[in-house]
Amino acid sequence: MSVGLPAYLAVAAALFTIGVFGIFVNRRNIIVVLMSIELILLAVNINLVSFSMFLHDVVGQIFAMFVLTVAAAEAAVGLAILVTFFRNRGDIAVDHANMMKG
Amino acid sequence: MDLQAIAFYTLATILLAAAALVVTARNPVHSVLFLILAFFSGAGLFVLLGAEFLAMLLIVVYVGAVAVLFLFVVMMLDVDFVSLRSGFAQYLPVGLVVSGVLLLEMILVSGAVAGSGAASKVKAVAPTGQSPPGMSNIEQIGRVLYTDYVYFFQAAGLVLLVAMIGAIVLTLRHKPGVRRQDIADQTARTRKTGLAIVKVVTGEGISE
Repeated sequence: MSVGLPAYLAVAAALFTIGVFGIFVNRRNIIVVLMSIELILLAVNINLVSFSMFLHDVVGQIFAMFVLTVAAAEAAVGLAILVTFFRNRGDIAVDHANMMKG
Repeated sequence: MDLQAIAFYTLATILLAAAALVVTARNPVHSVLFLILAFFSGAGLFVLLGAEFLAMLLIVVYVGAVAVLFLFVVMMLDVDFVSLRSGFAQYLPVGLVVSGVLLLEMILVSGAVAGSGAASKVKAVAPTGQSPPGMSNIEQIGRVLYTDYVYFFQAAGLVLLVAMIGAIVLTLRHKPGVRRQDIADQTARTRKTGLAIVKVVTGEGISE
């Protein structure tokens, strides 16, 4: 393999950084925040899979599958909460979300 | 520079560009489409690494399910997305500072790991990133997943079940005024509750 492990780690690190940056700059738009979380989890998966292939240990890929499962569940529940929130309030501006405040 | 390196750098460039466009696009629909492109490029990187099964899983789960779910929600919610972007310039400096620090830290840690950590053994262990001959990637995963990690596999199924039930419970809505079939109510009906004998006065009829 001509491309070494550090190159894959660098791509994953850059992707993770873009995800964190997206969470910061899109704080009002919760949909893009959820997409940024998906990007972060993809970066984690790239790290896991590249270590798994370079160290010849398939357990890394098993763990990446579990990360994928949790990411899918998180997206489904997050979007369901978002839809319920939109029905109750009529918008998705989460920076004013204080309905649960006692 | 061989073909593999060209493929890697092309896919990595597309992946990072698409990810950057996901977080900066004005229209959330475009964000979702760039997310799909990013996941396709990520799947390409997995294929390049030799993890074909996870690459296909990424396309099936993310492009087939999660991205379509995002697209449904973005198009279903009638939201003024322009007003949601109003804080973009305000949060830009702090976002740049935090992500710059984060990237610097991760580069330093990656350098240390590649130099002296677990990854320094890589060259001794594995000069190639391919599966051992005679066994495909899927077979390798299956041999480990259904033996050593079978309880974790079941637990992942439970996570998906709970998420499914949670999503249904959260979004299920009973509209008032819509009559639904209630089987328990139907079978609990007796002559007493379902029948009434009314003496009708001639010429007046009955009103409900």
